[in-house]
Amino acid sequence: MKRSNFSNRQQWALVILRVAIGWHFLYEGISKLLNPNWSSLGYLMDSEGIFEGMFHALAGNATALNIMDFLNIWGLILIGAALIVGLLTRIALISGIVLLAFYYLSHPAIIGVSYAIPSEGSYLWVNKNLIELFALWVLLLFPTWKSIGLDRFIFKK
Amino acid sequence: MNRRDLLKGMATVPVLGAMAYGTWRKRRVDHIKSHKLARELNMSSESLEFSRYKHDGDAIKIGIIGYGIRGTQLMKGAGFVQPETIQQWKDDAAKDSRNKRYEDFLQQDDLNVKIRGVCDLFDVHADRAMAAAGNIGREGSGGTIDGSVKRYKTYHDMLASKDIDAVIIATPDHWHARMVMDAARAGKHVYSEKGFTRTLQEVYDVRDEVKKSGIIYQLGHQGRQTESYIKAREAVDKNLLGKINLVEVCTNRNSPNGAWVYDIHPDANEQTVDWATFEEPCETKHPWSPERFFRWRCWWDYGTGLSGDLLTHEYDAVNQILAMGIPETAIASGGVYYYNTKQFFVNEVREVPDVWNTVLEYPHLDFTLMYSASLANNHDRGKTIMGHDASMEMGNSLSIYACRESTRYKEKIQSGLIDPNVPIYTYIPGRKNVDSVTTATEQYFASRGLLYTYRNGRRVDTTHLHIAEWIESIRENKQPSCNIDQAFEEGITAAMATIATREKRTVSWDKDKQTVI
Repeated sequence: MKRSNFSNRQQWALVILRVAIGWHFLYEGISKLLNPNWSSLGYLMDSEGIFEGMFHALAGNATALNIMDFLNIWGLILIGAALIVGLLTRIALISGIVLLAFYYLSHPAIIGVSYAIPSEGSYLWVNKNLIELFALWVLLLFPTWKSIGLDRFIFKK
Repeated sequence: MNRRDLLKGMATVPVLGAMAYGTWRKRRVDHIKSHKLARELNMSSESLEFSRYKHDGDAIKIGIIGYGIRGTQLMKGAGFVQPETIQQWKDDAAKDSRNKRYEDFLQQDDLNVKIRGVCDLFDVHADRAMAAAGNIGREGSGGTIDGSVKRYKTYHDMLASKDIDAVIIATPDHWHARMVMDAARAGKHVYSEKGFTRTLQEVYDVRDEVKKSGIIYQLGHQGRQTESYIKAREAVDKNLLGKINLVEVCTNRNSPNGAWVYDIHPDANEQTVDWATFEEPCETKHPWSPERFFRWRCWWDYGTGLSGDLLTHEYDAVNQILAMGIPETAIASGGVYYYNTKQFFVNEVREVPDVWNTVLEYPHLDFTLMYSASLANNHDRGKTIMGHDASMEMGNSLSIYACRESTRYKEKIQSGLIDPNVPIYTYIPGRKNVDSVTTATEQYFASRGLLYTYRNGRRVDTTHLHIAEWIESIRENKQPSCNIDQAFEEGITAAMATIATREKRTVSWDKDKQTVI
């Protein structure tokens, strides 16, 4: 098995970042799952930017909305859990990047738009969704799961 | 696999345990908090279940008197819309999937009624009413129209017809009293628009005539069907607010339509409008005036301005929650402060105020009801009932906030169970449903709980429900929610406020003698 070239500390810093993002995903998913009134409707309706038409259309269709809600909740939970335990981590990272890209594109931090859903900071073009997305990209390029994570057993030669 | 492999491979798995523990702890704390709060408040579970209004048996034959803006909405509520309008909704829905007008209308219950006759002084409106009444298939352009609907030249002819069981009256206010009384004498059931009547004397006359006749009368305050008001009443009954001392209600609109400066139809002239009949109840007759015909709400000869028109909606909403009835005194004042120049009008500037307020005193109940209105600003102010322990803000949704200095909630506020900045109770009907209300006036009505409410999570037009309730009441020979007794209280209160405005004095109600002084 090829050993990574990172030092122990570099390795653990990356793992902690992976676990922290996993934690964020997992709890976002769980809290939505446990709230019977949660729906992605408001978020989709609040969308602005070049993809707003697509997001509004998703919100306008009851079936599409239910599918979106289901995929969002279980996507968050599965990606989060996978990142934490390091299982099928590559797939989880890529899925996480795709999901975050959707969040970013539905509510891009562009000039001249404001959203009904308040943000907790001040952003111009770059917001926390985008930063989390880039962090996942970094994690994808600096694999930690082959060493620390259940993938160690899978990829073990 | 060696021990090192196992440790490294499983190193982060315990984090899942931490997540499970944290989630469980948080849930438990939240649950205990909400459970304690729920026990303290003792409100029934969130969702209200409703059975649909019944509409079995023979079809009820209805005549519509007046097919202007409101008449059109009432006919829609009864299930009848012109083909062109339906076509427009279809086209809009095809363009924008968020537009649900057509879908909502198709889902509206069939009330098992027939519009057998129409009556309107303006030929264009009468023709439209005929097209809507005949559109029994709820079809767009090119559909089949039932040609047997009759246009009556006068409402007297309509009332004399055996083909009519009940009438919907959506005429200007100055005709309400005569029409309701004539219908009652003819034994026809009545759904009539607010204001109840134009004058004080008419309030008594109509009440007496309706009571004598035994017809089923419903006054057009569709807010009676608003789901959140039912919850509001429960909150008041369970004394969540403490001793209520001030009620504040209001109207804010900011468009010519909202201020009753409506468009004048280009085809209206002395040949197409029966002006003499329109003017018949007026003490002083006026020469033909398209402006007065379409914008009648702006003159005292035909209506009572903000009092009968919009105070009454707010008053009736509060009356269904607090059942406070007629106030002991009323003061009122206002003026024409925005629509006061010729630029808004053709020949004469309006008489009735566009900025107005009234204060209704209930010393026997220890509270004041204040109403204020601007027709030149649409800041959303909501309705608020204020008690010593909490305030309740009402619209389509309902929020109750504990008062920081409350006696009842004092300990709970100190212990942190209640945060005065966060509602102790919130009721949002149909919160998962799509809301795509369009015009400013519609939004105003929706925020006031006057346009849509929710039944079992589905968005429904309150006007439709109000008519459905009236129809069910006719079928089952029972009293509807906004019956003649409620109407009498609304009518006297509005008349007191109107008199206070026009005579610039405090107006009182003598409860024992049942007179206004």
